[in-house]
Amino acid sequence: MTFLQILWFVVIGILFAGFIFFEGFDFGIGMATRFFAVDDQERQQVLRSVAPHWDGNEVWLITAGGAMFASFPLWYASLFSGYYILLFLILIALIFRGVSFEFGVHAQTKFERSTWLWANFIGCLFAPFLLGMMLTSMIQGVPMDAQGNVWAGFGVVVNWLSVVGGLAVTYLCFIHGLNYLSLKTKNDLHARAMNMADKLYWLVYPVLVLFALLAIFQTDFFARHAISSSVILIVIVLLTVWGHISARFGHSGHAFLASGLSLILIMAFIFNGIFPRVMIATQSKNDLLIHNASASPLTLDIMTGVLLVLLPIVLIYFAWSYWIQRRTKVDLANGSETY
Amino acid sequence: MSYVLMNVISLSRFQFAMTTLFHFLYVPLSMGLGLIVAIMETAYVHTKKPVYLKMTKFWSKIFLLSFAVGVVTGIIQEFQFGMNWSNYSRFMGDIFGAPLAIEALLAFFLESTMLGVWMFTWDKFKPGLHALFMWLTWIGSVLSALWILAANSFMQHPTGFMINRVTGHVRLVNFWSVLANPQLWREFPHVVFASFTTGAMVVAGMAAFGLLWKQNHDFHIKSLRIALLVGLISSGLAVATGDMQTQFIIKDQPMKFAATEAVYKDTGSPAPWRVIALIDTKKKAVNPSIDVPYMLSLLSYHKLTGSVTGMNSVSRELHAKYDKKFGKNMDYYVPVKTLFWSFRVMAGGGMLVFLISLLGLFFSRAKKDLLSKSKWMLWVLGIMTFVPFVVNSCGWIITEMGRYPWVVYGLQTIADAVSPTSTVGALLFTNIVYFLLFSFIGAFMFYYARKTLIDGPDKEEDEDSAYAQPVDPLDKEAFNS
Repeated sequence: MTFLQILWFVVIGILFAGFIFFEGFDFGIGMATRFFAVDDQERQQVLRSVAPHWDGNEVWLITAGGAMFASFPLWYASLFSGYYILLFLILIALIFRGVSFEFGVHAQTKFERSTWLWANFIGCLFAPFLLGMMLTSMIQGVPMDAQGNVWAGFGVVVNWLSVVGGLAVTYLCFIHGLNYLSLKTKNDLHARAMNMADKLYWLVYPVLVLFALLAIFQTDFFARHAISSSVILIVIVLLTVWGHISARFGHSGHAFLASGLSLILIMAFIFNGIFPRVMIATQSKNDLLIHNASASPLTLDIMTGVLLVLLPIVLIYFAWSYWIQRRTKVDLANGSETY
Repeated sequence: MSYVLMNVISLSRFQFAMTTLFHFLYVPLSMGLGLIVAIMETAYVHTKKPVYLKMTKFWSKIFLLSFAVGVVTGIIQEFQFGMNWSNYSRFMGDIFGAPLAIEALLAFFLESTMLGVWMFTWDKFKPGLHALFMWLTWIGSVLSALWILAANSFMQHPTGFMINRVTGHVRLVNFWSVLANPQLWREFPHVVFASFTTGAMVVAGMAAFGLLWKQNHDFHIKSLRIALLVGLISSGLAVATGDMQTQFIIKDQPMKFAATEAVYKDTGSPAPWRVIALIDTKKKAVNPSIDVPYMLSLLSYHKLTGSVTGMNSVSRELHAKYDKKFGKNMDYYVPVKTLFWSFRVMAGGGMLVFLISLLGLFFSRAKKDLLSKSKWMLWVLGIMTFVPFVVNSCGWIITEMGRYPWVVYGLQTIADAVSPTSTVGALLFTNIVYFLLFSFIGAFMFYYARKTLIDGPDKEEDEDSAYAQPVDPLDKEAFNS
C-alpha cells in the first residue's frame, strides 16, 4: 500500500461521510413531512428549510461515486454490480425525492401536491435505509470470485445486521433532520422539533446496542481492529448522549452537531473496519484490497492534485451558501419567514 | 450482428440507450435555458426594465423543471457504469473515473450550489451579483459537459494510454493527451452549441405559442428575439462544428462515416451524395437511391473531387487489423439504416433550425412586427420547440451506435464490457421500471412546462418569487384549491 492509496481510501470515506452528514438531514426533513408535520402547509414549510441545499448536498454522493470510480475502479465495479437491485432501488428513491421539490412547486391540485409530498417522504425514507443496508451488508463479507464479481443474493443483502444497520442510519437521519429543523424554525415549530428529537433519542440507545452486538458477531471488525472499532462505537454512544442532553435543554446547534457527527462516525466505523480491504469476500483469498483495487499511481497523483486545488474552493462556497441562509427561519406564527 | 434478443447484452444496451437518451433531453435544455436566463437577467441589470426581470423569472421556471429532471436522471448515468458495465469499469477505470470525479468536484458542486443560491436570494443581493449566480450555474453546466465528453471521447478515440500487461486493463500514461484528444475538441463544441440551440428554440417556440394565444405581446416578442439570436448563432456554430466532427470521423472511424452515407462499395471520384436510399443490409446493397452528383465529395472534402471508402473495404481493413486480437468472427458492420436516417434527421434538422431562426428574426424586426400578423410563422416557430430534441438524440445515436462493435474503440468490445453478474430477469425488471418511471416523469415535466406557458408571464406579478414561497402559508385558499 502506498501513501496515496491509503489517502484515497480515506478520501472516499470522507466523501461518504460528507454525504451522510448533509443528505442525512435532507432525508430526515423528508421523513419529518409525515412523522412530524401535521398538514400539507406545515409539510411545505418543513421542506422549505432544505430547498436551497438538497441538490448541492446530493453532489457529495455523486462525488463519492466518481472518486471511487477514479481511485478504486475495481471496488466501484464489484460493489455497484454486486448490489445491482439495491442500488437500483436507491436510484428510484433518489429520483422521486429529487423531482418532488420542483414538481411540488408546480402542482396544480391538492392531489398532485400530495403526490409529490408523498414522493419526497418515501424517497427520503428508503434512500438512507437501503444505503445503510448496502454498507452493513458489505462489511459482513460477500460471495465474490477471484475476478471480483460479487454474487449478492437476497440473504446476503437482507439479514439481521443489514436490517438493523439500515434502521440505525435511517433513524439517526431522522433525528439529524429534526435537529436541523429546529435550527431553521422559530417558536412553535422549533419547540416541537426539539421535543420530538428528545423523545426519539430514547430509542437510539437500544438500536445502537443491537447494532454493536450484531457487528461483533457478524463482522471481523473486532477481531482485526478491536481497539479502534470499540473506541468509535463508544464515541458514537457518547455523541448520542450529548445530542440527547442538548436536545432536551434546547441547544439545537449542539444537538445538530452531535447527530451529524454520529452519522459520520458510523461511516468511520465501516471504513476503519474494512481496512486494508475494500471488499470483503467470504473466502478471504478473494478479498479486494486497497493495494490491488486502486488506479495507477499516475491517476492517483493527478486526482490528488485536482482534489487539493478544488476541494478547498468547493468547501468555501459550499459553506458560504449555508452562511447566507443562516437567518432564514420558518415561523408559522408570524407568517412565513423571518430574517 | 445480433438483433434484439432477450439476452444480457442487448438488455444492457437498451437500458443504456434509454437512460442516456432520456437524460440528454434535459441536459441540453438546461444548458441552453441557463444561458438564455442569464442573458435576460443581465439585460435587466443593465436596462433596469421590469420586462427583463419578468422574463428571467418566467423562463427560469422551465429551466428549473428541466434542471431537476436532468439532475435525478444524471445519477443513473454515473451508477450504471458500475452496475451494468462492471467489466468496462474495471477495464477503463484508470482513465474514465478521473473525468467523472473532476466533473462532480468542479462542475456539479458549482452548478447545484449556485443554483440553490440564485433561487433563494432575490431579496438578499443586488441584481448584478444575483445575475452572476446564474452565470456561474451555467458555467458549471458547460464544464460538466466538457469532462463527461472527455471521457466519451476516449471511448471514441483512445489517446494517452497503454495496456497493462498483467491485468489487461487500460492504464493512464498521459493525462494531457486525454484532454487534448482531437475528438474532444470537435465533440465538445458541437454538443454545447447544439445545447444552446435547444434552449433557444424552446424559448422561441414557447414564446411563439404565447403570441398565438394573445398573451403579453412585449414580453413574448422580446423573449423570442433574444432566443432566436442565440439560436441563430449557436445553430450556425453547431453546423460548423458538426462539419469538423465529420471531417475527423472520415479518417478516424471510416465505418461510421460510410454507414451514415450508406456507402458499401468504394465510390469513384467525384462521389455522389445519397439524399435518400433503400438499404438492404443483408445483401449489403443500396437500391434505389436519389443521388446528387459531386455532393459527397463536397461534403467530405469541401472540394469537387475525392472518393469515399465503402463499408466493405473498411470491414476488410478492420479484419486485417483486429483479427489477431479479437478473432475472425467479429462483425464490423454498424447498424447502417439507423445511422443513415439518423444522420439525415440530424443534419437536416440542424439546418432547418438555422434557417427558421434567420427567418424568425427577419419577421420579428422591431419596426414592422410582421410576426404577429403571420400566424403560420408562429406555428412554424412553435413546432420548432420539439425539433432540437429529435436532432440531439439522432446525434448521439450516430455517435454511440456507430462505434459498434466496440465500447472503447479498438480496445474492448461491447460483449466484453457487461457485468458478468447481470441476469436477464434483473435487467428486464429494471428496464421496465425505468421505462415506466421516465414516462411518468417526462409526462409531468411536459405537463408542468405547458401549464406554465398557459398561465402566462403575467400570472404571478405581485409575488417576489415563486420559489422562495411556493404557497403563501397565510392564504388558506391556495392550499385548498
